[in-house]
Amino acid sequence: MSDVLLEVEDLRAYFELDEGTLKAVNGISFTIRKNRTLGIVGESGCGKSVTAQSIMRITPKRNSAISGKIMLHHGSSSVDVLQLDEDGDEMRDLRGREIAMIFQEPMTAFSPVHTIGNQIMEALFVHGEKDRGAARARVVALLEEVGIPAPERRIDEYSFQLSGGMRQRSMIAMAIALNPRLLIADEPTTALDVTIQSQILRLMKRLQRENGMAIMFITHDLGVIASMADDVAVMYLGKIVEYGSARQIFKDPKHPYTRGLLRSIPKFGATEGAHLATIKGTVPVPLDPPDACPFANRCDDYIAGKCDARMPEAVTVAPGHSVNCVLYE
Amino acid sequence: MSDSTLLEVRGLKKYFPIERGLLKRVVGHVRAVDQVSFSIEKGRTLGLVGESGSGKTTLGRCVLRAIDLTAGEILFHHEGRTTDLAQLSRRDMRAFRKHMQMIFQDPYSSLDPRKTVFDIVSEPLRINRIASGKALEERVRTALELVGLDLPYMKRFPHAFSGGQRQRIGIARALSINPQLIVCDEAVSALDVSVQAQILNLLKDLQLEFNLTYLFIAHDLSVVEHVSDEVAVMYVGKLVEQAPTQSLFARPRHPYTEALLSAIPRPDPDQPLPESGGIEGELPDPAHPPSGCYFHPRCAYAEAICREEPPPLLEVAPEHSAACHFAADLELQGIED
Amino acid sequence: MIWRRFKRHRLALISALVLIVLYFLAFTYELWTPYRAVTQHQGYVNTPPTTIHFFDSEGNFIGPFVYGLKYELNLDTFERIYTEDSSIIHRIRFFTPGEPYRFWGRIEMDWHFFDAGEGKIFLLGSDQLGRDVFSRILAASRISLTIGLVGVFLSFFLGATLGGISGYYGGIIDILIMRVTEILSAIPQIPLWIALAAIVPIDWPVTRTYFAITIILSTMTWTGLARAVRAKLLEMREQDYIMAAKIAGAGDIRIIYDHLLPGYISFLIVNITIAIPGMILGETALSFLGLGIRPPAVSWGTLLEGAQNISNIALYPWLLTPALFVIATVLLFNFVGDGLRDAADPFKEL
Repeated sequence: MSDVLLEVEDLRAYFELDEGTLKAVNGISFTIRKNRTLGIVGESGCGKSVTAQSIMRITPKRNSAISGKIMLHHGSSSVDVLQLDEDGDEMRDLRGREIAMIFQEPMTAFSPVHTIGNQIMEALFVHGEKDRGAARARVVALLEEVGIPAPERRIDEYSFQLSGGMRQRSMIAMAIALNPRLLIADEPTTALDVTIQSQILRLMKRLQRENGMAIMFITHDLGVIASMADDVAVMYLGKIVEYGSARQIFKDPKHPYTRGLLRSIPKFGATEGAHLATIKGTVPVPLDPPDACPFANRCDDYIAGKCDARMPEAVTVAPGHSVNCVLYE
Repeated sequence: MSDSTLLEVRGLKKYFPIERGLLKRVVGHVRAVDQVSFSIEKGRTLGLVGESGSGKTTLGRCVLRAIDLTAGEILFHHEGRTTDLAQLSRRDMRAFRKHMQMIFQDPYSSLDPRKTVFDIVSEPLRINRIASGKALEERVRTALELVGLDLPYMKRFPHAFSGGQRQRIGIARALSINPQLIVCDEAVSALDVSVQAQILNLLKDLQLEFNLTYLFIAHDLSVVEHVSDEVAVMYVGKLVEQAPTQSLFARPRHPYTEALLSAIPRPDPDQPLPESGGIEGELPDPAHPPSGCYFHPRCAYAEAICREEPPPLLEVAPEHSAACHFAADLELQGIED
Repeated sequence: MIWRRFKRHRLALISALVLIVLYFLAFTYELWTPYRAVTQHQGYVNTPPTTIHFFDSEGNFIGPFVYGLKYELNLDTFERIYTEDSSIIHRIRFFTPGEPYRFWGRIEMDWHFFDAGEGKIFLLGSDQLGRDVFSRILAASRISLTIGLVGVFLSFFLGATLGGISGYYGGIIDILIMRVTEILSAIPQIPLWIALAAIVPIDWPVTRTYFAITIILSTMTWTGLARAVRAKLLEMREQDYIMAAKIAGAGDIRIIYDHLLPGYISFLIVNITIAIPGMILGETALSFLGLGIRPPAVSWGTLLEGAQNISNIALYPWLLTPALFVIATVLLFNFVGDGLRDAADPFKEL
């Protein structure tokens, strides 16, 4: 078990709203291993971003309740991230050095009044770097590593002077500045064009190969997940409904939701004029959800009295492949 | 041009002035759309692909005369007559608008939050004084039924709906006046995967039922491949390749198209993105495009001539044209299944 | 929808109700005041606020009444010292005929909500000419409160029209209008007001001065409104639903009336509410300096002019009560404005 980096156990993130309790994340468990990529895939409102924010301890404070366990292992010692003070020194030290994060919109991740270089250097200073010259040299090296041309010049530019792709590269440079062991990527390429997206994805793979970090890759794009992830968790309305290796999920999907998702994306070379398979209805909002299968009301295999009675247990259908669906119980 | 051609665009240009200083002196132009020509047959779909900044949205808006164009012809063949939309006065254009509609990308900003669904869907009918009273209500009803929305929703406001339902309202609005041509500007890219498929199916059904013609603008090539009969690829304001869908995806003739196709992540762990190779660099600034072929700085096959001479868009195979000096010689990779 | 959310804003709702009462009083002040604003009561110069009693000196309940006043002169300071004469009792009369007056300067009436019959009642004291401060404050509120409204509507009209044109059409018109607003807002406000007010001829009748002052006040405030309207319009013009209406064949007028106006009307109301106190303060400032409304017309500013002398304030603090009304009104408007802004804020929606 020495390669297990992060263990999430029964994570719940509830938000109290006027309208009721929004159960954004509703009891999920997973593990992240060294040098591997866990893909979390789901549609809007499935709780994938809140999961990432909970690990980083950056969820909105007001009216929220986060429970469960997030164990971060380091050699033989472990720490439960949820037990730390979210504004305390320990947590601050953990962010950046142990776990770093990149977002969908790199524009908001950088301050418009400081240069890219200064902001990355700041991260180095906070975590103990003393020598200004050394820090600058390190940032130039980082920018070069993430494929930014003319890094000596770019280091003194502001985020708004960079293109979307270059900003995302800069954010990755900032994220890997302290050699974190886990990189959380929340829809990092969704705002980018496909050619730039493929460049960023390749960059992330190369960085992982070189320094062995684990990646938690969050996206709604099944294509991106297929080319990035080793393991995949499919989320729907705050729950993980299926978990397995990328091959198992894409080649042998079990849950009706996973199947429906895979069928509903257009495939190249499919017969022209053919209809796409669809999932009926729309993604609901998880306000005071009943304790039942969250997909029940959209499922073609719905069994009355069973699917709406309780949340199905995770069933192991193959080694490393589990699914929460009454069809397999 | 065949008899069934509905829309023919010739040499369309849209330049945006670059203004500087207090008095907004014009110091240059961004060639957002530069010498674009294409035609669409009635009842068919032309997919228009390109990265952000390629000018595809501007082109779509020019075709509808939602913004004024700099030069070119937009020939609309309808009821045996040919009208050049570029020549119409604002007033005549307004009378012509009932033949063409648009579906927008953002299902949130495209519906006025202060209007009910009925007001939104009936707006084109009321503006063009096509129906009123009972007849108006009947047509709104029909439009809503066509897009699969429940009638009791008519009196509600847009904020009560999900993204997919809002997109259906937008489609109902476009359909309500029985247009010939619909420009779909990234009509499904803001939607969840499972909802996107519903909307694509809906668009397809409506096309068959009403013989609609679509100009389908999108950046997602798998979606474009699914809906289009023909595909045009745009790069920095120019068309670089145009061909029937099958032909373009199976054997692209322009290196940019090849690069686009190779960059699509496939939902199949056995076909991961290539670890190396692939397209490098980014889209150039359209205000200061490179010399010669705009694509040459990123092109793996570029030679001296590409830096100097812009290649013309020429037919290299039946119905298949490309703007590349080596279009006939290169063996480019398409998508195989 | 805005109304529903506004109702949840307790403070703003109460403020709005109080303001409505204030305006009602201002429009009908003749009925509620015991005396005319200009009546000088002989022998009652600078009297302190009258105390209202319910029991006489033997402890018998009589109902609300006032005692008669007698005064003696302090020969050291030449001040009058007023003392109550408990032998004379004047009952306070309600719904009573009293001093005759002309309602709105036209209809002759003598109906008063209350007075003290033969005696004198000065709820907030009297001034150096023996005029009832309470009656004068209510009378003054008619000018002070309405000048804010009229002025704001004038600047709203200017601002909304010019800002609207600027934001919708853009181009050279936009540049011109925006430059004008920039120049106007670069001029310091108070000196400009003073300069303009000084031009108003001293012999103009009250109504004409009133409108002159209103125009002067709105010359400055419309610029802010115009810029706000323009910014809002520019933001709305980019919305896809405007493009959709255009593609459906809608003309400019239709787009403005059907989509743009409803969108920014709530925004305008909020802005206007916040602008009114500025107007009221402006009028008060001008009149206080003797440049605005001039006697015999009364506004809160002219009333305060009488309180300019420091020894007056020390000896007769009740002369400052008009300031309390000014402060209260400004605060009330700000509360209402805050409430409206919160209610109209689209970001509060889930």
